[in-house]
Amino acid sequence: MAAVIRFDALSKTYSSGDVEVHAVREVSFEVQPGEFVAIMGASGSGKSTMMNILGCLDQPTRGRYLLDDIDVSQLGRDALADIRNQKIGFVFQGFNLLSRTSALENVELPLMYARTQQSAKALHARALTALETVGLGKRAGHHPNQLSGGQQQRVAIARALVNEPALLLADEPTGNLDSRTSIEIMDTFQTLNDRGMTIVMVTHEHDIALFTKRNVVMRDGVIVSDILVPKRSVARDELARLEPAPVP
Amino acid sequence: MKLAATLRIAVRALRRNKMRSVLTMLGIIIGVGAVIAIVGLTSGAQAQVQAQISSLGKNMILIFSGSTTSSGVRTGWGAAGTLKIEDAEAIEREVPGVVGVSPEIRSTAQVAAGNQNWTTQLLGEGPDYFEMRQWALAGGAIFTDQEVRAASKVAVIGRTTATQLFGSADPVGQMIRVKNVPFLITGLLKPKGMSLMGSDQDDVLIVPYTTAMKRLTGDVKLRGINVQGASDEALPRAQQQITALLRQRHRIAAGMDDDFTVRGQQEIAEMASATAKILTSLLGAVAGVSLLVGGIGIMNIMLVSVTERTREIGIRLAVGAHGRDILLQFLIEAVTLSAVGGVLGILLGLGTSEILARTAGWPTHVPVMAVVVSFCFSGVIGVVFGLYPAWKAASLDPIDALRYE
Repeated sequence: MAAVIRFDALSKTYSSGDVEVHAVREVSFEVQPGEFVAIMGASGSGKSTMMNILGCLDQPTRGRYLLDDIDVSQLGRDALADIRNQKIGFVFQGFNLLSRTSALENVELPLMYARTQQSAKALHARALTALETVGLGKRAGHHPNQLSGGQQQRVAIARALVNEPALLLADEPTGNLDSRTSIEIMDTFQTLNDRGMTIVMVTHEHDIALFTKRNVVMRDGVIVSDILVPKRSVARDELARLEPAPVP
Repeated sequence: MKLAATLRIAVRALRRNKMRSVLTMLGIIIGVGAVIAIVGLTSGAQAQVQAQISSLGKNMILIFSGSTTSSGVRTGWGAAGTLKIEDAEAIEREVPGVVGVSPEIRSTAQVAAGNQNWTTQLLGEGPDYFEMRQWALAGGAIFTDQEVRAASKVAVIGRTTATQLFGSADPVGQMIRVKNVPFLITGLLKPKGMSLMGSDQDDVLIVPYTTAMKRLTGDVKLRGINVQGASDEALPRAQQQITALLRQRHRIAAGMDDDFTVRGQQEIAEMASATAKILTSLLGAVAGVSLLVGGIGIMNIMLVSVTERTREIGIRLAVGAHGRDILLQFLIEAVTLSAVGGVLGILLGLGTSEILARTAGWPTHVPVMAVVVSFCFSGVIGVVFGLYPAWKAASLDPIDALRYE
């Protein structure tokens, strides 16, 4: 099967004035379907730039990026927007939900920008299915400020899933959550991954990275280590070991 | 993204900041309201002027005698009496496109009936006068050509004069005395109302011009001649020909001034509406400025809104919105603001003009066209002043917008 992500000697250089910053230097790297990868590194290591390029929010200066066999390195603004809409689901550290907008409508957002004609009813149904996948079917009408942090992040995951993307891209998804909720989110990710979803996650927390299958460590714009996780944590077991969850 | 969904988002965003939205709209509301009220007032006034102009008569040309100057005192139009009956007859005979001619004598006279008396405007006219002024009778008949030739002592009375002398009784067939000469009233005129200059046109007594000359004033010269053209289009040409004819008859050498004045009805109408036009354009300019200010207010608030919602824009871009989706969203928001403001302004304007009509008694009339144009114009203001903020929103970089705090 073809790789979901393929970087061919990809570089990203920012120039501010006379100084050139090489954020990513000639990185080559592949992610196969069904993988669950954590990209790690200290700040300034280039992992955020990697994330932006992976998410088609930014373009490489040199090299090639094939996403799901499509060369996206030279696409224009609108074409990239369509790729983001169809191929990538985003989960952010700060959830990035629209406030004063119901969970259901937040999940519908990518559907509204999909260039397909679908009835409002069909959109509702798809969004509701996505919310049910993350266990929030009953909270569809709630606004983000009526939901806990973990619930908000799961709404964001539902939004990421709604267009059935090839890749789920998570940027520090547990950064704003307590450890128990973090493990719950990792449980959701592991469940999705078990069903075949390819997930790439940027994190700086080692214990969170242990829930993935493969850890890529970056430093100064290059990959310094790329290993399979030898002893993977299973979120469900971790949760069972913790105190019983307070009744929600 | 569908337009209906975009519109829903826009309305929701505006309702989120109700106070701010209303204050932003206020500029447009006041601007459009002012425009509608002003249009209502001026077109009401113009309709009134039009009615007065048409009360003047139909396709009329007015010829006045020139003025005289004696010992430095200038007497005003008509006093010199340069026009003679022969001039009137010549016009009727020689100028094509003339359907009626009425020589005019005008003075003020005291009239008496029984023990009542009243000082009124005395007009000496020909029988054509009533047709050219479109002045119908309420009762009786006008005097005839025969009575004009005979200088009969007959009169047609205006409503105001009749009321002053006879109260509610029918004046037709009654006798009145004008300068102690007895006259038979043959007809009562229908009321015509105020003239362009504001005088009461019904305060009048009309007698044959021959009678006026021979029995009342002793004059042989006319104050003026009223002429009726066959049609509106025939007037300018008839005016030229009358001027030429009169110059020839009065032996006025080339280069010398006329000793008479010829005025078409249309010229008089134009003079009357010129003032209204100046007023309209002045007030229109004021309204335009207030709409401009309203538009700037919308631009200001939209810029604030774009900054406030940078993160939202980032999210939308990240999940696949094109630049033009964002552009459209903010543009529709601005247009919604201005269009709703426009509708409220139209209601305010209609209300104001209605209140003015009721309380101050000013005639107002708001044409449907003015309402449609105001509405479209306020929409255009939304587009013009919303474009820059919307463009700014659409050209945000998704990464920067997502990171924006």
